[in-house]
Amino acid sequence: MKSNRPSKPERRPNRMGASVNTRNDRPRRDPPPRTENSRPQGAVQSQMSWRDKFDAWSAHHSNSAIESLLRMLGTPLQSLMTWLVIAIAIALPAALFVVFSNVQQIGQSWQDSSQISVFLKKDATANQAQELRSRWAKRPDVAQATYVSPEQALEEFKLGSGLGELANHLDENPLPAVILVKPKIGGNAPDALTSLQQALVADPLVADVRLDMLWVKRLHQFITVAERFVVALAGLLALGVLLVIGNTIRMAIENRRDEIVVVKLVGATDAYVRRPFLYTGLWYGVGGGIVAAILLAVGFWWLSTPVTQLADLYQSSFRLQGLGFIESLQLILIAGLTGLVGAWIAVARHLYQIQPR
Amino acid sequence: MIRFETVSKRYDTGYEALARVDFEVEAGEMLFLTGHSGAGKSTLMKLILLMEQPSNGHVFVDGHHLERMPKSQIPYFRRNIGVVFQNHQLLFDRTVYDNVALPLQVAGYPHQEIGKRVRAALDKVDLLDKERNNPMTLSGGEQQRVGIARAVVNKPTLLLADEPTGNLDPELSNEIMTLFRQFNEVGTTVMIATHDIELLKRMNKRVLGLVQGKLVHDGVLW
Repeated sequence: MKSNRPSKPERRPNRMGASVNTRNDRPRRDPPPRTENSRPQGAVQSQMSWRDKFDAWSAHHSNSAIESLLRMLGTPLQSLMTWLVIAIAIALPAALFVVFSNVQQIGQSWQDSSQISVFLKKDATANQAQELRSRWAKRPDVAQATYVSPEQALEEFKLGSGLGELANHLDENPLPAVILVKPKIGGNAPDALTSLQQALVADPLVADVRLDMLWVKRLHQFITVAERFVVALAGLLALGVLLVIGNTIRMAIENRRDEIVVVKLVGATDAYVRRPFLYTGLWYGVGGGIVAAILLAVGFWWLSTPVTQLADLYQSSFRLQGLGFIESLQLILIAGLTGLVGAWIAVARHLYQIQPR
Repeated sequence: MIRFETVSKRYDTGYEALARVDFEVEAGEMLFLTGHSGAGKSTLMKLILLMEQPSNGHVFVDGHHLERMPKSQIPYFRRNIGVVFQNHQLLFDRTVYDNVALPLQVAGYPHQEIGKRVRAALDKVDLLDKERNNPMTLSGGEQQRVGIARAVVNKPTLLLADEPTGNLDPELSNEIMTLFRQFNEVGTTVMIATHDIELLKRMNKRVLGLVQGKLVHDGVLW
């Protein structure tokens, strides 16, 4: 054994190769507060520059990130199961959310049918009808009012119904003049629609006002219920994800108890001890999110063909919209954040109980 | 370097581990702490390391009044103290090199600096050729030397050792003591807890003797 400990160099080259004074004129992040009877420290603790500190900090971040990922991949089956649990918990509300936004899309076209058809009396002249139309068009709760003459209505009927031949055989035009009124408020406020309808029907020229109110009301209610249901379900399942990740992290902490005690004894800060576990939680969340995105993509791809065929049967151009690329990324991001939060909770609960004894 | 002012430590169980202990250790001293197991040696060391807080009295280490030290400062404070345990406290999931590098990684030293210092420390305890081994494959004496290398790699001002020769035969424990003496010669304050009376006689240094938590001896033996 050698008898002389290598003496500490006064000047230490930094990584650019230049020699810097490491003693005095460098800012230190962690000087333990010195009291009056402290002495200058001799062959001790070389003081590090901010840059070294930052390098070490970022190096530990990437080390923790990579190491925790490798640890996770080291037990692939176990990790895959955790990912699947998280993925299912995330995919369920996400799938509902997608279905729901598809329904909303259909709902939008239905809301157009909340336009009010005002049938005029047979004896109303075209001039009177035009005048009525322009009066209604000025109402604040009306977005648009369109006059459809009996002749136009007949033409539309011929084209749209496929019964054109039959209409040609009619002696006179049985259709009344119609004013199509598009309310401003749309289907989201059924009460306002009803009052508008009452205002319209009050005019002496009006024979009848048609508005499929029930549909609009039902759709509106359905959307409200579905919205709340999805939010509640997503909240519950997010809690589930937090618990799963929290428990997984708790076990990871238990497994590395010895290591935690030793690093704390040699002067590791709490942040240092916490870091690898937070990354573990992040990876669990991100992994779960990726699996969830794959599950959703496969599921919607599998559904899209029959849905398209069904829509075609109804002469609808409706197409099932799955999660787009950006939305999938958002899903993975949200999953990752949930994982991080779950890990943070577990770490806060368990890590501080482990103190060197 | 270390000052105890009428320090008592009573555990929650009611067991009194230390009773009104007073002493002072100058910087650069080398001294021993002795007494039967349960006499309070470990408690005294834990107080210095801030693993425990005294029930009464004040502990000063390296100018810090330990009671007043904020929790967030404890890690930085511990980086100035090297500790050697009887049971080594080595991590068996990594190499000897990584074990010794731990305090430097924790303190955020740059990569090249860690390499230099770890090799210097391993060279000092004569284990440079074992740096790639798992500590599990080493003998008891070698494991203890890895523990010492880890304790000194950060060049601490204070080196604490709790029964560092506990499981070793006299020849090995002499080697270990020589190491400690060398660290002391370059200015490190060294405090060693042991119940090995023969060792104390051979070393001929200041000895603090504890009996049931009371300091009954302070000075060179015989």
